Amino acid sequence: MSNNNWHLYEVFIRSKNGLAHKHAGSVHAQDAETAILSARDLYTRRGEASSLWIIKSSDIIASDPGEAGELYDPSDDKIYRHSTFYTVPDGVKNM
Amino acid sequence: MYSTDLRTDKEKKSADQQILDDAELWDTFQARIDNGDTIEAKDAMPEKYRQTLTRQISQHAHSEIIGQLPEGNWVTRAPTLKRKLILLAKIQDEAGHGLYLYSAAETLGRSRDDMVADLLSGKAKYSTIFNYPTPTWADIGTIGWLVDGAAIVNQIPLCRCSYGPYARAMVRVCKEESFHQRQGYEIVTTLARGSAEQKAMAQDSLNRFWWPSLMMFGPSDSASTHSSQNMKWNIKRHSNDELRQRFIDATIPQAEFLGLTIPDPDLKWNEERGSYDHGDIDWDEFWAVIKDGGICGKDRIQARRAAAKDGVWVRAAAEAYAAKQSAKEQVA
Repeated sequence: MSNNNWHLYEVFIRSKNGLAHKHAGSVHAQDAETAILSARDLYTRRGEASSLWIIKSSDIIASDPGEAGELYDPSDDKIYRHSTFYTVPDGVKNM
Repeated sequence: MYSTDLRTDKEKKSADQQILDDAELWDTFQARIDNGDTIEAKDAMPEKYRQTLTRQISQHAHSEIIGQLPEGNWVTRAPTLKRKLILLAKIQDEAGHGLYLYSAAETLGRSRDDMVADLLSGKAKYSTIFNYPTPTWADIGTIGWLVDGAAIVNQIPLCRCSYGPYARAMVRVCKEESFHQRQGYEIVTTLARGSAEQKAMAQDSLNRFWWPSLMMFGPSDSASTHSSQNMKWNIKRHSNDELRQRFIDATIPQAEFLGLTIPDPDLKWNEERGSYDHGDIDWDEFWAVIKDGGICGKDRIQARRAAAKDGVWVRAAAEAYAAKQSAKEQVA
C-alpha cells in the first residue's frame, strides 16, 4: 500500500436547504476535489444530500472530553439563563 | 458473526498480555456504560475496549469488502439488465459499508493502511460465509435473502452499541441492508415460481447456504467465552444463540411461503418456547473454514491482493496530480 500520506477528510451533509450540515463520516483522498467526489459516492448514493462540506480532519480543533467538566462549568450555576427560572403570575397569557 | 472473535485462543492470549489497564479507569468507564453513555472517539477508554472494538469493526469492514467477491462473480452473467444494475448497486453498497466501517475503526487510532495490510497478509479474519462459492445465479438470491437477512438481525442491535462512531455507521448500513435482503428474496421468489428446473436451483442454493448462514452468528453460547465482557460494555446486546433463533424464526415462514424446504430434518415448532427447534450445527466445519479458508479463502485474498496491486497506478496518479496542483497553487 502506498497511501500512507493520504489525507483524512471529514464529511458533512446538508440533506436539504433549511437544515444544517451534519457530520456523516470520513473519506481518504489526496486532494479536496477527489475528496468531494469520494464523499458523494460514499455518503450520497440515495439522494441524501443537497450540499456537501469536507474538511481535513487535521484542521479540526476539538475540545478535550477529559476537560469537559471545567470547560462547561461556568454555565452550570446560571439557572437564571433559563426561562423556567422566572415565575409568571397566574392569568398572564402568551408568555 | 461480525461481533464474534474469530481469533485462535493463542492469538487472543498473546494480544491480551500486551494490555495494561488501570483498574480505576475500568471502574469509571463501566459506570459511564451502565449509565447508558455513548463513548466517543476522544474519550478515555480501557485499552481492552479499544482493542476489542478495533478488532471487531475492522473484521466487520473486511467482511463487507470480501463480501463483494462472491456476488461480483455474477455481474457479467446476470440474467437481465435490470438484475445486473441491481447487483452492481448492491455490490457498491457493500464497498460503501466497508468504508464506513474502516472510518469508524480509524477513530480508535489504527490506520486504514495497517488494517488493509492485515487483510492482505491473511492475518485479519472475516466472516466465514464469504468463503463459500456461488456456482449458480440462485446463490445471488439466497445471499441477499439469507446472508443479508442474518446480517440485519446481527447489525440492528449494534446500532445501539456503546461506541458512537460504530453505532452511527451501523444505522447507515442497516438502512441500506433492507434493499439487499428484499432484492435477494425477489430473485428467489422468481425462481421458486418458475420452471421445475428453476425451483430446483433455488432449493439447491438454499441447501448449500442454510447452515453456513446459521454459522454467521458465531459459536453456540455454551462455547463462546468472550461474550460476557462485551455484553458488560454494551458492545454486544444479545447472545449468539438468541440472534440465531431470531433469524431462524423469521426465515422459516419465508421459505414455506415459497414452497422451499429448509434442509434440517430436526426442525420443528416448539409450542412451549414459541420458537423453532433446530438440528445440530457442524461447528467443525465452521472452525475448519476459519482455519484454512474453506473452498474460496485463497481466491478471496488473492482477488484483494490483485486489486491492491492493480490499483497502484491509480493511487500514484492521484498523488502526482495532487502534488502538481499544490505546486501550482504555491506559484500563484
